[in-house]
Amino acid sequence: MDLSLSDEQKQLQDAAERFVRDKYAFENRRKIVATDRGWLTENWTQMAELGWLGMAFKEEDGGYGGGPIETMIVMEQFGKGLVLEPFLPTVVLGGGMIAAAGSPAQKEALLAPMIEGKKQFAFAWLERQSRYNLADVSLKATKEGNGWSLSGHKGVVYNAASADNIIVLARTSGGAREEKGLSLFVVDGKAKGLTRRDYPTQDSLRASELTFDKVSVGADAVLGKVDAAFPVVEEAVDRAIVALCAEATGCMDAINAATLEYIKTRKQFGVPIGKFQVLQHRMVDCFTNAQEARWPARDWKCSAARSHVIRLVADAIALMNGGYLKLLRGR
Amino acid sequence: MDLAFTAEEQKFADDVRAFVKANLPADVRDKVKNGKHLGRDDYMRWQQALGKKGWLVYTWPKKHGGPGFTPAQRYIFENVCAEEYAPGIIPFGTKMVGPVIYTFGNDEQKAKYLPAIRESTVWWCQGYSEPGSGSDLASLRTKAEKQGDHYIVNGSKTWTTMGHWADWIFCLVRTDSKAKPQEGISFLLIDMKTPGITVKPIIMMDGGHEVNEVFFDNVKVPVANLIGKENEGWTCAKFLLANERLGIAAVPQSKRGVEALKDIARAEQEDGKPLIENQGFAEKIADLEIQVTALEFTELRVLSQMAQGGQPGPEVSGLKVRGSEIQQRITELTMEAVGEYAAPYLPGLLWQGTNEAPVGPEYAHLAAPRYFNTRKTTIYGGSNEIQKGIISKMVLGL
Repeated sequence: MDLSLSDEQKQLQDAAERFVRDKYAFENRRKIVATDRGWLTENWTQMAELGWLGMAFKEEDGGYGGGPIETMIVMEQFGKGLVLEPFLPTVVLGGGMIAAAGSPAQKEALLAPMIEGKKQFAFAWLERQSRYNLADVSLKATKEGNGWSLSGHKGVVYNAASADNIIVLARTSGGAREEKGLSLFVVDGKAKGLTRRDYPTQDSLRASELTFDKVSVGADAVLGKVDAAFPVVEEAVDRAIVALCAEATGCMDAINAATLEYIKTRKQFGVPIGKFQVLQHRMVDCFTNAQEARWPARDWKCSAARSHVIRLVADAIALMNGGYLKLLRGR
Repeated sequence: MDLAFTAEEQKFADDVRAFVKANLPADVRDKVKNGKHLGRDDYMRWQQALGKKGWLVYTWPKKHGGPGFTPAQRYIFENVCAEEYAPGIIPFGTKMVGPVIYTFGNDEQKAKYLPAIRESTVWWCQGYSEPGSGSDLASLRTKAEKQGDHYIVNGSKTWTTMGHWADWIFCLVRTDSKAKPQEGISFLLIDMKTPGITVKPIIMMDGGHEVNEVFFDNVKVPVANLIGKENEGWTCAKFLLANERLGIAAVPQSKRGVEALKDIARAEQEDGKPLIENQGFAEKIADLEIQVTALEFTELRVLSQMAQGGQPGPEVSGLKVRGSEIQQRITELTMEAVGEYAAPYLPGLLWQGTNEAPVGPEYAHLAAPRYFNTRKTTIYGGSNEIQKGIISKMVLGL
C-alpha cells in the first residue's frame, strides 16, 4: 500500500494550487459570481490547456490516462477557493457517463470537444420526489418513430444554462423507483420543447428547473443501452461524491488555516484567543477531523463518514470565527 | 408544586389567544407563518397593539407600568403568541434598556423614556460590542468625554441588530480610561439623529441586512442621558445581559420550529412514503423534542424562582447555551428534511418580497438561509464558552 502521490501527481497538485491562488482571491471570486454565466471562459480554456478536462479519461477516448485520483487532486485544490467553473457536471458526471457508456460516435462528438474545452454538460436526474434515490425517476421517454419523445420535469440541474448538452435520466419502462427501465439521453441544451428556470444556488453556482414538453431526440441520443442506465449513473454519481468530498477537504484546510491564523492574532482579555484551552481543543478537533477526512476519500465507501466530519469542522469554525463568517459570502 | 394550570390560568390563555387573533394584522401573521422577513412597520403595528393592551412589556412589574404577570402567565403569554404566529417582541427596549431605566434611572428619565417603550413608539438598539471587544466586553474603547453639560462620544459599535431602524441607542462608553476596565464604563442613551452618527450595513452570509456598524464622530450627548452613576455602567451592563440571556433561550420559538420541521417531514417524500415515517429521521425529531421539553421545564423553574427573588441569576447562562444549541439543531434537521431543494438561492423571494415563484416547495428556500443565520446563536449574547465560564465560576465555584 502506498498513499503518497507520484511526481506527476504532485505537479498536478502544484499547478492546481497555483491556479486557485492566482484566480480565486476572494474579491476575484465575487466578480466571477457576478458575471452572467457565473464562470469565466478564460479559466475554462486554461483548464483545457493544462489538460485537466481530459486527465481522468483513457487514452483511447482522447484522454491522458489518469483516473479518480487525478480528479480528486484537482478538486481538493478547487475547494480551497470554491472554484466556480463547472468541472463536476461537465467532466466528472457528463464526461464520466459518456466515457463509460457512449458509442465511439458519441465519444467523438461529445467527449473529444469536451476535453478541448469546447463543450459543456449538465446531468438531469433529480425530480421533486426523488430525494436521494437515483432510481426514483418518472420523466418519461416514449418511442416516437425511430427516436424518442421526452416529457416531464427535472430539478436542481447544475450548469444547465451553460451546457451544450443535457444528459437526461428518463424512464423507458418499469414502475416507480425500479432500477431497471431507466435510460440516458443526450439532449441539446436548446432543444425545442425544453424550458428552463435558472437560479443561483446557496454556494453561488448556477442551476435550473427543466421542463420537457415532448422533446424529440433521435435514436442516436441514447447513451448506453435502453433500460439499463442505472449502473452507469450509480458509478458516475459515486465518482462525483468522491470528487465533492475532495473539494470539501480542500475547503476545510483553507478554513482551518484561516481560523488558526485568526485565533493567533485576535486578542481578548489581553491575550490571543488561541491561548484559551477551550478554543485550543476545538482547533485540535478541527485539525484532526481534517486529517481524518483526507485519505478515506480514496475509498469510495467512506464518503458518508467524511461528510459527517466535514460538518463537525464547519460548525466549530463558525464558532471560532464568530461573526466574521459574514465575510465569506460574496454579495 | 403543581404542574397543571388553574382554571384562571386557562381563562388567561383563552383571553390572550382571543386578543392575538383579533389584533395581530393578518399580513404580519402570514409573513411569520411563511418565514418571510418582517419590516420595521410590521413589528411596530403588532407591538403598538400590544402596547395599547398593556402587554408589550409583559415582563415588567406593575409599578413601572407592566402587567405584573406571574411566571405561569408569562409562560402562557409567550407560548400563545408563538402558536398564533405573532412576531417575536423586539427586546432592545422592552427587555433590555427598559428594565435598566426603571432599576437604575432617575424619575425624570423614567418619565421620559418608559412610556415610549411601553407603547412602542420608539425603536431602540444595543451599543455593546465593538470591533475589538466581543467576549471581553469590558475592554470597550468608545469614549465619552465630559464637556460642560455634554459628553462628546467617539468610537464605534458593531453587530448592532436593526440599528438601521433605530431611533435611539443605549451604549456602553468609557468615561475613565485610567481605572480598571470594568470601573471606567458608563451607560449612556443616545438619540440616533444626533449629528456625527453613521450607520453602515453588514451584509450577512444569507444575504440579509440585519446587523450594522455604528460610528460616533464627536457626537454631543447631554449629561442628562447618563443612566446611573458615571463609571458605574458595568452594573447596568451585567444586569441587562442576564435579562438578555434569559430571553434568547427562545423556547416558544423552538417549539414552533419543531412543529414546522414535522410539517416538512410529513410533506417530503422518500421512496414514496412521508419522510417522517423513516424511523431514523423520526428518532432525530423525537430527540430534539425531548431536549426542547427539558429546556422548557428548566426555564419554568428559573422563572418561578425569579417570581420569589426578582432578578435572574447566573443559571440563565445554562438556558442560553441549551436554547442556542437547540435552535441550531432545528435548522440542521430542517436542511436534512428539505434535501436537494435547499440549494436554490432566491434573494427576491427572501429579501425583497417580490412575487418570484418558489423553486420546489414553498418552505425549501428558507432552510439554508436560516441554517446559516442561526450559526450566530451560540456566539451572540455572550458566546457559549463565556456562558460556561460563568457557570463554572459563579455556580460551581471552580
